[in-house]
Amino acid sequence: MNFLSSHLLTLILFFPVLAALVILFLPKDEVKAIRWTALVASLVPFGLSVLLWMRFDSSASGFQFVEQYPWYEAIHSTLHVGVDGLSLTMVLLTTLLTPLAILASFSIKERVKAYMILFLLLETGMLGVFLALDLLIFFVFWEIGLVPMYFLINQWGSEKGERVLWGKVKMQARNYASLKFMIYTMAGSLGLLLAIQMLGVLFQTYDLPSLYLKWNALEGTVMGLPVATVKAIAFWAFVVAFAVKVPVWPFHTWLPDAHTEAPTAGSMILAGVLLKLGAYGFLRLVLPLYPAEAQRFAGALAFLAVMAIVFGAFASYGQTDFKRLVAYSSVNHMGIVLLGIAAAAKVGLNNPDVALNLSKNIALNGAVLQMFNHGLSAAGMFFLVGVIYERTHTRNLNDFGGLFPLVPIYGGILLFTSMASLGLPGLNGFVSEFLVVRGAWPILTVYTAIAMLGLLFTGAYILKSIKQVLHGPLNEHWAHGEHRLTEINVREIVVMAPLMVLMLMIGIWPAWILDVINKAVMMLF
Amino acid sequence: MQFPILSVIVFTPMAAAMLILLIKSERKNEIRVTALAAASLALLLSLWVYFSYDKAVAGYQFVEKYNWMPMLGISLHFGVDGMSAPLVLLTGVVMFTGVLISWGLDDRPREFFAFLFILASGVFGVFASLDLFMLFFFYEIAVFPMYLLISIWGWIKTREYAAMKLTLYLFIGSVVSLIGALVMYWQSGLHTFDMLALEQAAFSPGFQKLWFPFVFFGFAVLGGIFPFHNWSPDGHVAAPTAVSMFHAGVLMKLGAFAALRVGIMLLPEGAKSWSWLIMGLALVNIVYGAFIAMVQTDFKYVIGFSSVSHMGLVMMGFSTLTRVGLTGAGVQMFSHGVMTALFFAAVGMVYDRAHTRDIPRLGGMVKPMPLVAVAFIIGGLVSMGMPGFSGFVAEFPIFMGIWQVRPLVAIIAAISIIVTAAYIMLVIRRVFFGSMPAEFEGHIGPVAVQDKVALVFLCVIMIGLGLFPSLMVPWVQTGVQHLLSLLGGA
Amino acid sequence: MTTETIIWLLPLPPLLAFFLIVLFTNRHKAFSHSLAVGAAGLSWLGSMLVFVRALGVPEFGKEVFESAINWLPTGETWLKIGVLIDPLSAATLFFVAWTVLMIFVYSIGYHNFGQPAGNHDRPGLPPHGATIQDEKGHKHSVPSIEPMYSRFFAFIGLFAFGMYTLVVSNNLLTFFIGWEIMGLCSYLLIGFWYGKESARDAAVKAFMTTRVGDVFMLLGIAFLYSATGTLSFREIFRPEMLHALATTATPFFGLSAAGFIGLLLFIGTVGKSAQWPLHVWLPDAMEGPTPVSAMIHAATMVSAGVYAVLRMFPLITADFSGHALTPTMSIIAFIGAFTALFAATIAVAQNDIKRVLAYSTISQLGYMIAALGIGAYVAAAFHLIAHAFFKALLFLGSGSVIHGVEHGALHTGEHLDANDMFNMGGLRKKMPITFWTFLIGGFALSGFPLLTAGFWSKDEILADAFGHGHWAVFATLAVAAFLTAFYTMRQVTLTFLGEPRTQAAEHAQETPWTMTLPLVVLALFAVGYGWVGIPEDFPLIGGLLPNWFHEFVGGTLAERPESLPFNFLPLLTSLVVALGGLLVGWLVYRKVKSPQQDRLQIPLLKNKYYFDEAYDFLFVRPAYWVSETFTYMFMDRAIIDGILHTFGRVALWLGSFLRNYFDKPVINEFIGDGTGNIVKKAGSSLRRIQVGRIQSYMLASFIVVVLFAVLYYFLIGGV
Repeated sequence: MNFLSSHLLTLILFFPVLAALVILFLPKDEVKAIRWTALVASLVPFGLSVLLWMRFDSSASGFQFVEQYPWYEAIHSTLHVGVDGLSLTMVLLTTLLTPLAILASFSIKERVKAYMILFLLLETGMLGVFLALDLLIFFVFWEIGLVPMYFLINQWGSEKGERVLWGKVKMQARNYASLKFMIYTMAGSLGLLLAIQMLGVLFQTYDLPSLYLKWNALEGTVMGLPVATVKAIAFWAFVVAFAVKVPVWPFHTWLPDAHTEAPTAGSMILAGVLLKLGAYGFLRLVLPLYPAEAQRFAGALAFLAVMAIVFGAFASYGQTDFKRLVAYSSVNHMGIVLLGIAAAAKVGLNNPDVALNLSKNIALNGAVLQMFNHGLSAAGMFFLVGVIYERTHTRNLNDFGGLFPLVPIYGGILLFTSMASLGLPGLNGFVSEFLVVRGAWPILTVYTAIAMLGLLFTGAYILKSIKQVLHGPLNEHWAHGEHRLTEINVREIVVMAPLMVLMLMIGIWPAWILDVINKAVMMLF
Repeated sequence: MQFPILSVIVFTPMAAAMLILLIKSERKNEIRVTALAAASLALLLSLWVYFSYDKAVAGYQFVEKYNWMPMLGISLHFGVDGMSAPLVLLTGVVMFTGVLISWGLDDRPREFFAFLFILASGVFGVFASLDLFMLFFFYEIAVFPMYLLISIWGWIKTREYAAMKLTLYLFIGSVVSLIGALVMYWQSGLHTFDMLALEQAAFSPGFQKLWFPFVFFGFAVLGGIFPFHNWSPDGHVAAPTAVSMFHAGVLMKLGAFAALRVGIMLLPEGAKSWSWLIMGLALVNIVYGAFIAMVQTDFKYVIGFSSVSHMGLVMMGFSTLTRVGLTGAGVQMFSHGVMTALFFAAVGMVYDRAHTRDIPRLGGMVKPMPLVAVAFIIGGLVSMGMPGFSGFVAEFPIFMGIWQVRPLVAIIAAISIIVTAAYIMLVIRRVFFGSMPAEFEGHIGPVAVQDKVALVFLCVIMIGLGLFPSLMVPWVQTGVQHLLSLLGGA
Repeated sequence: MTTETIIWLLPLPPLLAFFLIVLFTNRHKAFSHSLAVGAAGLSWLGSMLVFVRALGVPEFGKEVFESAINWLPTGETWLKIGVLIDPLSAATLFFVAWTVLMIFVYSIGYHNFGQPAGNHDRPGLPPHGATIQDEKGHKHSVPSIEPMYSRFFAFIGLFAFGMYTLVVSNNLLTFFIGWEIMGLCSYLLIGFWYGKESARDAAVKAFMTTRVGDVFMLLGIAFLYSATGTLSFREIFRPEMLHALATTATPFFGLSAAGFIGLLLFIGTVGKSAQWPLHVWLPDAMEGPTPVSAMIHAATMVSAGVYAVLRMFPLITADFSGHALTPTMSIIAFIGAFTALFAATIAVAQNDIKRVLAYSTISQLGYMIAALGIGAYVAAAFHLIAHAFFKALLFLGSGSVIHGVEHGALHTGEHLDANDMFNMGGLRKKMPITFWTFLIGGFALSGFPLLTAGFWSKDEILADAFGHGHWAVFATLAVAAFLTAFYTMRQVTLTFLGEPRTQAAEHAQETPWTMTLPLVVLALFAVGYGWVGIPEDFPLIGGLLPNWFHEFVGGTLAERPESLPFNFLPLLTSLVVALGGLLVGWLVYRKVKSPQQDRLQIPLLKNKYYFDEAYDFLFVRPAYWVSETFTYMFMDRAIIDGILHTFGRVALWLGSFLRNYFDKPVINEFIGDGTGNIVKKAGSSLRRIQVGRIQSYMLASFIVVVLFAVLYYFLIGGV
């Protein structure tokens, strides 16, 4: 017990790896055993993080459950982990979604062993980013997460589809998507890598808490350049890395491809957690490390955010591919997160104006909650798309139509989830969107106003999907014979149930989670 | 008088080679077993050396010294420091795995192993010797068998050409640096080739500035420095698998190491004044190599040029002359050695079964040889500097080093990371995934168990080092410490 | 139980019913409707209790029922949500409770409970009727029960929840939540028969059009919240707060904060209450089952729009001196008045019995909005409630009519549009209860003097407009009132009077009690309700009854608006327009038998001034273009991805360029083989030792290098 409480985070972080090792030694054909091991194993971190949630003292300041072990003395990097309200929420989200995603992938037939191993490694990768309090460790996990996802997409992704690059050059869609995802993210992180190295060179440490102080205290010139310039450059290096991941317009085009081609569970995690890594990076690194620059460039960020919101919604509305539509909805929703962040950045550190500080606080609350909410709803939507795709083997909205009478339960669940992602009051999405809008309005009035256009079209594309899938004249093709559409099964309902419960809980009583977030952001920035 | 472990390591392969030559050539299995036994012994000893090296004491350890030609001040002087210890270990590893991989080799294995072991002896010798003359001596021993190994067992199409080219480059390179060495010998006036002594001989800056290029670049040729890198891809392609492993895994380190030991350590001032050039050329290596690797359609050429690119990083690390940079370079030498050995092993396995290295004609290899695929992927991740693998542990400090000296170079060099990632991912996908060409269906046999052992062994090393840098970095640091003291505490 | 607790609980029963039905009783129709009706009954009971207790409180306007709890942590503070019953919400609660309950009961009959399931009915389409065999073996075709019976009750349960939440909330946030939930329900219910193309389009149209308003409203809320730091009505309406809002200027069109926020919120109302230019969704919403039409277009949702303006009235009029209208108010007044007339003109040309009512709803809501625009708070509230009653009555009545005609159609096996008034006629004999109640409703709508509620409320609005000298508004509303009376009578005449024009109408029969009972109840209110608001100084009957409504609801405002001195002109006007309209309507349509004879079938009016077409051209198609072509294909695929791919191309090109044009020729041939060849030459020319190539090369190269070194030493080292 004592051990448990003193090693809680490392346990959560590395348990999936242990599980992966166990699975590695399971015989390849024991598919059942492998699946269940993976599921159970992924439930353990969830249980632990629930424990973490309960033991977490939201009123205390600073990081909790901190652990620190030597890792790379030569360059003064340590395995330093800890949580505050911000990372805690994300950890909870990750550990919640992973078991669900694994349960969702019980329908995977080939190479289950490799699949599950990759999945568990992926979980560790994501958790590491959220838990790291050491810049280098942060980067390590940040990059490691790419590898499993790359292989998940290009090995288990959808076989169909080709993408023309230029002229006659073609690529199989999933290879294209995975490569784009990998290379784009790595290229984006290049600046981050270099900036991190520079910080390491400057301060001989990668420890975040101390970097916060030292870096902000830095003055004079660095490498012959005035600090302000260096910081501005480094700021953008960080921003681009995270912007690609979030993704922020115009760095978003990898996302629709990756999401569309990835296997269902992959998309769930991709949208549910991986995108949050970027937003988390903004909150954990960009704002605290570059308050001045963030304030200076807040306008630009807000602009990108609004573009993401508006064009994300438009592009989503323009889709005929169900999954791609949902994918673009992520761009739109994450744009809202960035808008909140931009608003907070605009206000900057210790601004004397009380009202503005309140707005900043609200905006950040909204942004973080929106991250969590989008995690729930996007994962849910992707799963539901997957459910119907598995049965019909098509994602083309025009191939559906009037399916509601065939699959009433599925229809109900889809409606519910869609409404959550549409931001219907009473469900989770609304709370966060409202907070962001409220927070951003006095700070970035015009941008917020324009963003409303995106909000309007959120409704448009959500209704479009429902209209095309559930409503309208029944497409007889799915009504009879071997094509007959079967109702969502128990396993799939089990996957959705926790998500829906949470959506409702947050929608009706947001305080339970928002309180933690609120405290965290107040201390964070 | 403690047990002369280094000389044992150095001469074990030599002895084994003699022994093997005594066995009748048709008793192939006995030959193989002997070879494996010798290789394992060497590996164990090198492991022992590595782990019993006292980091606290640092400096040169396991020192042995026997007069050899006193009137010329030449002595058989062995000893390892933090820099060479990992390389001795590397040689042991590559030798061991090399033997495993060549188990199936059926064409005159007796001579093959004999030559391979002579080569190994030479390599061990270079890493271990503290005597300049002996260093050259072993250097030549290491280089010469290469010629035979390639021209006899190599790829029929290009082996003549490649062997010629390789030998010429390396020979000329060594001659160039030999001249530098001789000049040092006379200039120092100590009448000794003992490097410990020469380290102390304070050469005038002018002198150092003048002769450093000879010594350094002469050796650097073997390190594959631009524009003298071209022998290496051609050599790789022509060489049989085990030889490629040795060649890229160890021999290129030989060059880099010698350049460091003789060039930078004996002529530190020269190093300082020429570092800009080294850095420039290394930068070209890194980026240029990566770009070219990306467009190669020959599986082996891809790896060959990736080695060029990665050795560039080693040189780059040297050129920074900073603690982190040199540390990184030290680790990179080991990491790259293991990685590229693994690469060539994997390539060889694919080639032996598909009988082609033409990437567009390959595909779907993951089914018949999943382990090879996984191993290659791990190697790939190492080479693209993916965190959690040895490559990152090595490259990251190098970049930090560059930052301290020339930030701009760091930024340019970073491009290679992306390009590397791109071509590695493309190669992995094209060779191992996708659909297997009809012609191979059923013709691709599984890999032998000893091959698997070799691959797993190498993978474990890379991952272990990636997760626990402290398994090697402290060793290197002691070496770097010594270096820095010579560089005047730079 | 304290009144506050009851108020907290008011919205819950319908919500519970919703969940229970969806999760458990989906299969059992009887359970489902009992749950729903029971829930509605409970809420009704609670509402009445609250209402009565409210009456018990003297000066209720000051001593309201309110309670709040923390909901959202925001920095150091919390955003509170809670419930509030003040006179306005009490009155609203009253009519909501009644109408909702009545509609629930009505739905049982409307969806043919107790009838057999249809032979080929399928979920998502209206029931086609079932054929049954009686004991004599005759086949009859009778109405069949709605396939998704339970689902319907679940949805209207949720709907009721939304409305109750909205009414009892003490803050804009929960108000907005209820508001949006109703939006969702209207979407679900309009698209209830989603099998019909038209229904699903109508549903989307309704949701999107209202959402346009909603996003503005959301902005308004955000603005208000950031300006005042609270969303609770009574805190916002504190005089100092209002004054602050009225005095702070905004960069927008020179409006004060109060004005601008008011405007933003009002746009929300424009959407919800289907005011021009966002009126287009409401008529299409008739695709839903009739109880839904009654629910959405009378009792709840559209009323919610007006209720919102009533709620925010103090804010909207914060900088209103009492004489000249503020910009915001004039906009409101204009839109209201314009809509009132505009919709009325369309209504006269519609033949679908429900569409006529739909447009009349738009028009009547215009009345209220206009009234609010000119500051006639009490009159608006009064008309809102009156309208809720008689419009619910009319919709239910029309539903009953349609039902009757459909029954007849099933009997005769005709296939006709049961909504088309030209397929009716002479129904007064077939369906007496429906007829009389409908007539009452119709008269109330057209403001038949003295008896009906409509008269009093409408008259008060006119009087207000007149009294404060808003002539334009007054004139417009008067004309609208005339048209209202006219098309109402047209409707009544075509539907009930004269002779049946079709077999179906011939065989139409009265609907079951579950449908007629609500009609009767609502009819009572449509008449009696008016009497609680008779001005004191009304000639003859004035003062017989206290003008309770004015006292009561007026008390909501900080200072109770004094009732105007009586004036004959507006009274006369309303008398003339009402009676005149009715008379003309009857005279004109007495004889009309078919659309051909109807001289008002003007294309412009029939096609609603082509607004749908215009919007389709202006907004819908461009939206598609922007989404599909511009954003996706052009921007994302062509430009952004194009750039990315270019990187790839350039990298590959660079690679092959370096290899083929530098590495091979220069490095390889020139330097590499070049030296080789030189050495070869040297070696062969020396012709000394003839031992293999390699050695000679080495020797030669050795010499070369030495020479080079010496040269180097003397050239560079020398200096």
